[in-house]
Amino acid sequence: MTVRIVDRRQDSRNKSSINRGRFIRRFKGQIRQAVADAIAKRGIRDLESGEKIGVPGRDISEPQFHHGQGGVRERVHPGNDRFAQGDEMARPPSGGQGQGSGKASPDGEGMDEFVFTLTRDEFLDIFFDELALPNLVKRQLARIDDFKRMRAGYTQNGVPTNINLVRTMRGAAGRRVAIGGPYAARLRRLQAELEAALDLVPPDAEEVERLQREIACLKAQREAIPFIDPFDLRYSNRIRVPQPSTQAVMFCLMDVSGSMDEAKKQMAKRFFMLLYLFLNRNYEHIEVVFIRHHTSAEEVDEDNFFHSRETGGTIVSSALKLMIEIIGERYSSQAWNIYGAQASDGDNWNDDSPVCRKLLAESILPLVQYFAYIEITEGEPQNLWYEYQELAASQGGLFAQQRIAGPADIYPVFRELFRKRLV
Amino acid sequence: MTKKRSQLIAEGSDWTLEAIAQYDAEIGRVARNYGLDTYRHQLEIITAEQMMDAYAAIGMPVYYHHWSFGKHFLETENRYKRGQMGLAYEIVINSDPCIAYLMEENTLTMQALVIAHAAYGHNSFFKGNHMFKQWTSADAIVDYLVFARNYIAECEERHGVDAVESLIDACHALSNLGVDRYKRSPPLSLLKEKARQQEREAYLQAQVNDLWRTLPRRDLVVEEAEERRFPAEPEENLLYFVEKNAPLLEPWQREIIRIVRKIGQYFYPQRQTQVMNEGWATFWHYTLLNTLYDEGKVSDGFMLEFLQSHTNVVYQPPYNSNWYSGINPYALGFAMWQDIRRICERPDDEDREWFPDIAGSDWRETFDFAMRNFKDESFIAQYLSPRLMREFRLFAVLDDDSKPNLKVDAIHNTQGYRTLRQKLAEQYNLGSSDPNIQVWNVDLRGDRALTLRHFAHQRRPLADSSLVVLEHMASLWGFNVRLEHQARNGDWVLLAERKTERRRQA
Repeated sequence: MTVRIVDRRQDSRNKSSINRGRFIRRFKGQIRQAVADAIAKRGIRDLESGEKIGVPGRDISEPQFHHGQGGVRERVHPGNDRFAQGDEMARPPSGGQGQGSGKASPDGEGMDEFVFTLTRDEFLDIFFDELALPNLVKRQLARIDDFKRMRAGYTQNGVPTNINLVRTMRGAAGRRVAIGGPYAARLRRLQAELEAALDLVPPDAEEVERLQREIACLKAQREAIPFIDPFDLRYSNRIRVPQPSTQAVMFCLMDVSGSMDEAKKQMAKRFFMLLYLFLNRNYEHIEVVFIRHHTSAEEVDEDNFFHSRETGGTIVSSALKLMIEIIGERYSSQAWNIYGAQASDGDNWNDDSPVCRKLLAESILPLVQYFAYIEITEGEPQNLWYEYQELAASQGGLFAQQRIAGPADIYPVFRELFRKRLV
Repeated sequence: MTKKRSQLIAEGSDWTLEAIAQYDAEIGRVARNYGLDTYRHQLEIITAEQMMDAYAAIGMPVYYHHWSFGKHFLETENRYKRGQMGLAYEIVINSDPCIAYLMEENTLTMQALVIAHAAYGHNSFFKGNHMFKQWTSADAIVDYLVFARNYIAECEERHGVDAVESLIDACHALSNLGVDRYKRSPPLSLLKEKARQQEREAYLQAQVNDLWRTLPRRDLVVEEAEERRFPAEPEENLLYFVEKNAPLLEPWQREIIRIVRKIGQYFYPQRQTQVMNEGWATFWHYTLLNTLYDEGKVSDGFMLEFLQSHTNVVYQPPYNSNWYSGINPYALGFAMWQDIRRICERPDDEDREWFPDIAGSDWRETFDFAMRNFKDESFIAQYLSPRLMREFRLFAVLDDDSKPNLKVDAIHNTQGYRTLRQKLAEQYNLGSSDPNIQVWNVDLRGDRALTLRHFAHQRRPLADSSLVVLEHMASLWGFNVRLEHQARNGDWVLLAERKTERRRQA
C-alpha cells in the first residue's frame, strides 16, 4: 500500500485573497482614513510602494463571551524554584506576565492597533477609488493605432540581416546527416570488405583496386554534399502588431514668482505627484513637461522646477503660450493624451488674466483632455480665479478649478477634481 | 535496490516524492507493528503561503468566505514576514482520509517527522478517541464544508454580501456558546443534511410561530400561563436556541446559523483534548523515528536534526521565564505519555501505590485504553504522576480578588500532589473556563424579550467585550435581550440590556 501524495503547490495560490479582499472592503472607511494620513506623513515620491496601514484594534476585534478579571482563579505553573505551600506574595500588576497573574487579556481587550501591509495595487486602488480621468473615452475612440514589432517564429525567406544562425546551422547539420547517411553506410561496408580482401589476396589484386576505387568515389560524393544549402536558411520572423497608443503627456505649470513660497510650492508638488501617479495607472507611457514662469516662462527639469526660486512679477499667459508651443512642436494631439495642471497663488498681472482665459479657451482646451487649475492661497481668491470661473462654467467637462489652503486639502481637492462624473 | 548496500531509507536533506513515499511506508510499517489504528491518509505538499491560507481557515481545506479569515491571514503573514514566528510544521485534518500537509520548505527529516506526527500520531487519535468518535464524523466533514461554502456563497448572491456577513459576525461572536457540551449531537451526514434542509426550512418557519401565538388558548388557565417559562429548561446552546426559536429569521439565516454551529461543534473535541492529542502525536513521532533508528534505517544526522526540533517542541519554560505563556501542551502531553509507558514497564513503589491498575501492565493496552476514553481534564486527573509533578516542579497559585495577596496552596510535595493534580485538571475543564451563559426565559406575552443568565463560576465576572456580544445576540433574536447575573446576596439582577425593535420589512 503506497500512500497518496498530492502536490498542491501549483493550485490556488491565493486562496485567501477573497477573504483578504473582504477584510479590506469591510474596513474601507478606516483604511482610506489611514491612507490619507499616510500621504500627509510621507513624501509623495514614495507613494509608489505599498503602505503599512494600521486599523484600530477595537474596530476589528471579534468579541466573544469571556471572563474578565476578578473572582477566584487558580492556576498551576511549572518551574517552582522558591515557593512552599502556604506562601503568600503580592499580586503583580495586572496584565503582567509575572507569577500568578492571568494570561494576557483576551481578544478585544486593550489590543494594539492592527497593522498590516497593503500591496501597491491595493493601496493605489483605495487611493484612487472612485476617481476617473475625464474624457478618456473620446480620445481613445479617435486615437491612431501605433504598431509594435513582435517576434513570430521563423520563416524560410527574408533579408540577410535577419538570418538566424542557430536555426540555420542546426538545419544544415541535420540535412548533412540525412543525405550523407547512405554513403556512410556503404563506405563502412566497403571498408570492411577491403580489409577482409587484404587478408586473403595481395594488395595489388584487381579486387582490392576495385574496392579502393569505389571507396574513393564514395568519399568524393560525400564530400560533395554542400556544407550549407539555401534550403537550410532560416530567418527570424517579425510581425507588426497594432499597438493601442496609451501615452499621455502631462504639463505642470507653476508660478515661481516671489509670492510663491516654499510651502506653497511643496503643496503644488504634492498635487502634481498625485496627478502623475494617477495618470500612470491609466497610461502605459507618460511624459511630464515642467513649465515654470514668473514674468516669462521656461521649460525646466524636475529638480529646477521644484527647487529654484525666482522673484518678480507674474505673467501667467507666458506659461500658457509656451505650453501651446510645445504641444505644437512635440505632442501632436492625435497621438497624445494631453493633461494640464496649473498651480499658482492666483496673483497675476491684472491685464493678463483675460488673456489667459482667452488662450485657454481658444488654443488649449480644444487640444487637451483635461485642464485643472489649483489656486494655493489661504485668503480670498485672486483675479485669475474670477477669470477662470467663467471657463469652468462654460467648459465644465474640460476645465475645473479648486482652491487649496493647506496640505490637508490636497487629497480632497484632488478627489474632487477627478471624481467620477456621470456624464 | 540500493538498500542492499545501506539500510538507510533515503539520504540528504532535500526531499523528493519518492523519498517521502519510502519514509511513509517505513513509518507505516513500524506504526502497524505497534498496533496503531489509523484512517487512510493523504499527504499534501503545499507552499508557505498556502500554509498561511490554511492557518486562516483553521486548517480546513475548504471554508466559507468571511473577512475575519482575511484578518487572520494578514496577521499571520505579517508576523511570519517579520520573522516573529515560524509556521507550524504540520496541519492535519480530522477527516477520512486524514489529510496531512507537508510544507515544501521543510527538509526531508522534517517531512518524516511530520508524517510520523500527523499522519500516524494525530490520525490514530482522531480515529480512537471517544470525543472525536462521538462528536465528529470524519467521513462527512469535508463534504459538509463544501456544502457550507456553496450554500453561503449562494446566500451572498441572493441576499447580498453585507447581510450574510453581519449574520456570520453575530454567529462567530456566539460560537463558543453554540456547542452542546453534554448532550450528544447526532453525527454529521451530508446526505441527510441536504435532504432535510428543505423540510427543515418549512418546518422551522411553522415552529417559531409559537412565539407569535400571543392569544392564550382557551383551555389554559391564565395564571398558569404566566408562570410558565419558555424554554421550560434553560438552554446552554445559544445558537441552537436562536436557530430554532428566533421569530424573525428567514430560513436561510437559520441554515447559516446551523452551519456555524455545526462547524463549532466539530472543533469542540479538539479544544478539549489538546494535551492528550498533541502529547500522543509527539510520543508517537518520537517512538516511531527512534525505532527506525534502532533498525538502522535512518542516519545519525537525521536523528540529530530530528531531536533538535523535537526538543524545541517539548520545551517547557519555567514560570519566571520571558517565554512563559502557560503550560506547553506538547511538553505536558509528551511527558505524561512517556511516564505512563514507564509506569507500565519499570514501575517503582510510588507508582504501585498511585497506579495499582497499570503499574507493570502491558503498555500498549494501557495506552489504547487511555487514548480512547479520556479528555484532557480526566486524563490529567487520572494519570498525572507525582514523579512528573516533581519533574515539572508544579505549584498552584490561588488568586482571590477578595484577599490582598496571592497564595501558593499546593506544591510538588506529598501533601500537595492530589490538590495539584485536581487543580491542573480543572484548568483544562472548558466548562469552567468558558463563561456559563444560558437562555433563561422569553417573555412570550410581553415584548418577546430574551433573558440570558450568567451563572458565575468562582465569582468570575464577564469581560467588557460581552456587551458587544450581547448586541450580536440582539441582532439575531430581533427583540430586546437582557443579561442577568447573580448579585452577592443571591438575587438576579440585570447586568445589561440591548434593545432592538426589528420589524419584518413589508
